[in-house]
Amino acid sequence: MGDTTPFLKIRNLTKMFGTFTALKDISLNVNEGEFICFLGPSGCGKTTFLRAIAGLDIQTAGTIEQAGKDISPLPPSERDFGIVFQSYALFPNLTVNRNIAYGLENAGKSKKAIKARVAELLEMVGLSDQGDKYPAQLSGGQQQRIALARALATSPGLLLLDEPLSALDAKVRTFLRHEIKDLQAKLGITTVMVTHDQEEALTMADRIVVMDHGTIEQVGTPLEIYREPATLFVADFIGEMNQLPATAVNNTSTKVGDIELVCNEHTIAQGQSGILTIRPEDVVPHGKGARSPGAKDPIKTPQNTFDVTIKEMEFLGSFWRASLTSKKLHDHELIADFSINAVSRMALKEGGTIKVELPEQALRFYAADN
Amino acid sequence: MVDVPINTAHLGPTIKPKTGRDAWIMRAFIVVIGLYLVITLAFPLYAMLSKSFNTYAFDLSRYEIQVNTGTGWGDPITVEDLNEAVKKYKPEDLKTSSDGRLPIVEMIDGFSFRSKTLYRLRNTTKGSAYLVGSERITDTQWHEYTSNEFRRVFLKPVVATGLDNFVQYFSNPSLFNSIYNSLFIAIVSMVITITLAFTFAYAMARSKMRFKGAFKVIAMAPILVPSLLPGIALVYLFGNQGMLKVLMGDQTIYGPIGIIAGSVFFTFPHAMIIIQTSLSISDARLYEASDALGASKIKTFFTVTLPGARYGLISAAFVVFNLVITDFGLPKVIGGQFNVLAVDIYKQVIGQQNFEMGAVVSVVLLIPAMFAFAIDRIVQKKQVSTLTARSVPYEPKVNRRFDNIMFTYSAVVAGLIVTVLAVCQFAALIKFWPYDLTLSLVNYDFDVMDGGGWGSFTNSIKLGFMVAFIGTVVVFVGAYMVEKVPAFGLGRSAFQFLAMLPMAIPGMVLGLAYIFFFNDPANPLNGIYGTMAILVICSITHFYTVSHLTALTALKQMDKEFESVSASLKQPFYKLFTRVTVPVCLPAILDISIYLFVNAMTTVSALIFLYSPDTTLASVAMLNMDDAGDIAPAAAMGMMIFYANSIARIIHHFASKGLYTKTQAWRTR
Repeated sequence: MGDTTPFLKIRNLTKMFGTFTALKDISLNVNEGEFICFLGPSGCGKTTFLRAIAGLDIQTAGTIEQAGKDISPLPPSERDFGIVFQSYALFPNLTVNRNIAYGLENAGKSKKAIKARVAELLEMVGLSDQGDKYPAQLSGGQQQRIALARALATSPGLLLLDEPLSALDAKVRTFLRHEIKDLQAKLGITTVMVTHDQEEALTMADRIVVMDHGTIEQVGTPLEIYREPATLFVADFIGEMNQLPATAVNNTSTKVGDIELVCNEHTIAQGQSGILTIRPEDVVPHGKGARSPGAKDPIKTPQNTFDVTIKEMEFLGSFWRASLTSKKLHDHELIADFSINAVSRMALKEGGTIKVELPEQALRFYAADN
Repeated sequence: MVDVPINTAHLGPTIKPKTGRDAWIMRAFIVVIGLYLVITLAFPLYAMLSKSFNTYAFDLSRYEIQVNTGTGWGDPITVEDLNEAVKKYKPEDLKTSSDGRLPIVEMIDGFSFRSKTLYRLRNTTKGSAYLVGSERITDTQWHEYTSNEFRRVFLKPVVATGLDNFVQYFSNPSLFNSIYNSLFIAIVSMVITITLAFTFAYAMARSKMRFKGAFKVIAMAPILVPSLLPGIALVYLFGNQGMLKVLMGDQTIYGPIGIIAGSVFFTFPHAMIIIQTSLSISDARLYEASDALGASKIKTFFTVTLPGARYGLISAAFVVFNLVITDFGLPKVIGGQFNVLAVDIYKQVIGQQNFEMGAVVSVVLLIPAMFAFAIDRIVQKKQVSTLTARSVPYEPKVNRRFDNIMFTYSAVVAGLIVTVLAVCQFAALIKFWPYDLTLSLVNYDFDVMDGGGWGSFTNSIKLGFMVAFIGTVVVFVGAYMVEKVPAFGLGRSAFQFLAMLPMAIPGMVLGLAYIFFFNDPANPLNGIYGTMAILVICSITHFYTVSHLTALTALKQMDKEFESVSASLKQPFYKLFTRVTVPVCLPAILDISIYLFVNAMTTVSALIFLYSPDTTLASVAMLNMDDAGDIAPAAAMGMMIFYANSIARIIHHFASKGLYTKTQAWRTR
């Protein structure tokens, strides 16, 4: 973040509902022009966090600064943001034009200027010909874009999106992800989006804030979140992940069943148990007795390599998902994704035995429970 | 989730949210409308409650008297000693009501107003008083009177607080028997109405019979008439000179039979609409499942239909109970010697001028009414959760035999309702039943009868419009503010409580409470007593709860984020209110106004105590004409109310439809 002041500076935010703590001592910086996603399971506090930033549910303690100004106690009407809700909250009795113009009135603008601005916004969201319709006459995706246009009408400094895509069907959702992302990039508006859909967060966000139980688990770029999950919760929540009970041997090595596996550096004391994780697509098949193509020593088998039996194979279109077992793993099942190519090249099939490698950099070891 | 409070020691100071301008304005509205409810509901009720504990008695020891028979002034003695000497009043004779006055000359042997004897009288303590004519003497000076003046001297009672009134009430069988009577008619009417209404609602929801629309319109008609109208019809049918008197055998219609029959008539639509709602929201999938499992029709009825409608049934039962036990007009007209609580209040207040005893009966009547209200509220809350978004509405299939049975039943019920109305209309047009059966409009010549003439009809229309307009504005604005104001938890709960309370207060009780509160000369609002304003205020308060709930239901159906969006766009709440909330809620707003109009037109109970010669009302005139023996004109007036309400309903219907197509275009895709 360097020495530039962040656009949003959130410090020690706590929100209590009675005795229930919805947000626990949260701090976060958001830079100007950044697209941030709050990601987490339902009840994790992500919506509460967004509503605190909007001033709709003001925090119990802690401060929020926006553009250098402390906005902590201010009601929504005295803050600077536009918001889109999951329900869109379009005014049903007003036409699309009137909906978008709603925030432009009483601001000293001429009727002509308002009309021009509405036309510009409609053009921007690609619905120029829909201005005279009522919201109920539009499709879900169109309503969503009108809500976006309305939120952007007053050119706010901050755009808040509360699960804006979750009421739409899959195709429209994918399309709108790109639309919103492009629009955001074009306008350069700082955006905070709440979602429970990890795919949405991974494809749209500059940075993702993973939350659970009212706390931040990890803040990072989509790649960081996916490749280097900071906690077992993040590892489990994002994507598919094998979780194998293991014991620490030393700070770069663990033991699963009878197999010792070299892994990323960890801080768990020797002899303590934990969970060793690897993503299914990181499991490397070597066929029957084949050598690792990249192995330096062609004779010696690469490290973290052992025999497994293919218990089951499931065809998932672009790849095969296999469940692998091994006596040495004490019958812990290992899920692996193999490319169609690899399966046909190595003639993998159910009941067969192969060697697999669990690459060191793909293995992460976490304390068992948090 | 973690439910343990976290250690807050290291946290910064608690943020105190700033209350924005909108929030202040909304709070101000809540406070103003809340104050309205406090003044028009809480204060009067308090005045009534405290009145019920007030006892009045003449305290003779507080007066001194001196007599001069022409031979100079005798020694002053207390009036108490005077009474001892002549043995005139026994202690129980000295108990009285607030209005009581004791003629002092009764205690003077051989008093003649022509005699030359002079008298002196004084209050020995502050707080006692006596009247000379209409002049009230409260000082402790001696005042001298001639015999002629002295005959116009009356002692006034002093007030004390205690349970005496209640003791007196419960030691008088002719009073407390009314409790049994009221409970009896309420429970019997409840059982009969619920049975009839359930069957009718079942026919509407579960059969494919014809003329459902017409049946529904007829079934709702009793709402449009005062509760005493069926009483008048019953008198014409089964009264002493009734058309069908023979059917009564040696029973009389004047008493419980008449009250119950009339109660079933006027409570029927209320029960029917509640039960029909609960039947219509039942889930078709349950019936399919029951069918698939091979259950018989009877079994399905008892395992699916009845349990599904149970909340509606319970709710309807208590609504009927409450309506009957608090109703005044019907038992007044047809109750005969059969006393019920609501009529007792009237008799105590209007007949005997015993306001304290009226207050006691009111307190007694409040108990079952509050109880029924509380149960209804609990049940209503449970009802909400029975319908899920996935439920499939039940679509009845054609079943000739079943449909025919249901049609016959519904036709009989509708026929009975129409008969009651037709009998009244017929009675109104007959010159003099049963002696002169020529048709004439003589009974419409209200101006020559008791009750205020045609003026009372126009007053009622005026009242209806004022209550509908002012009431709708107050109720809807109040409901909006309380639903949408940010924070302000305590203010909201207090307001909600006040808004729910009127439902539990019987009209007679509210009316009497208004006398105590507004007729008190010390009340700065005393000026509205006897005006149209107090009738409007009383009616709005009396019918506040149902209107408030209707408004809340409509408001809750709106997206709760509208306010958030509007605030984020820096627009004041009143812009959202006028541009979005009111237009979207217009159907509900119209429903509230017609509800208020119809009820203001038909209510008797609360307003019977409050009208003045300038503000007589149609429904009250009906009662007074009936009281004076002018039954046919009473029936004529009742039908005028019916027609006025019917026209209002029809206008409401078309207004709703017109507005619907004009402003609710967005509802159709």
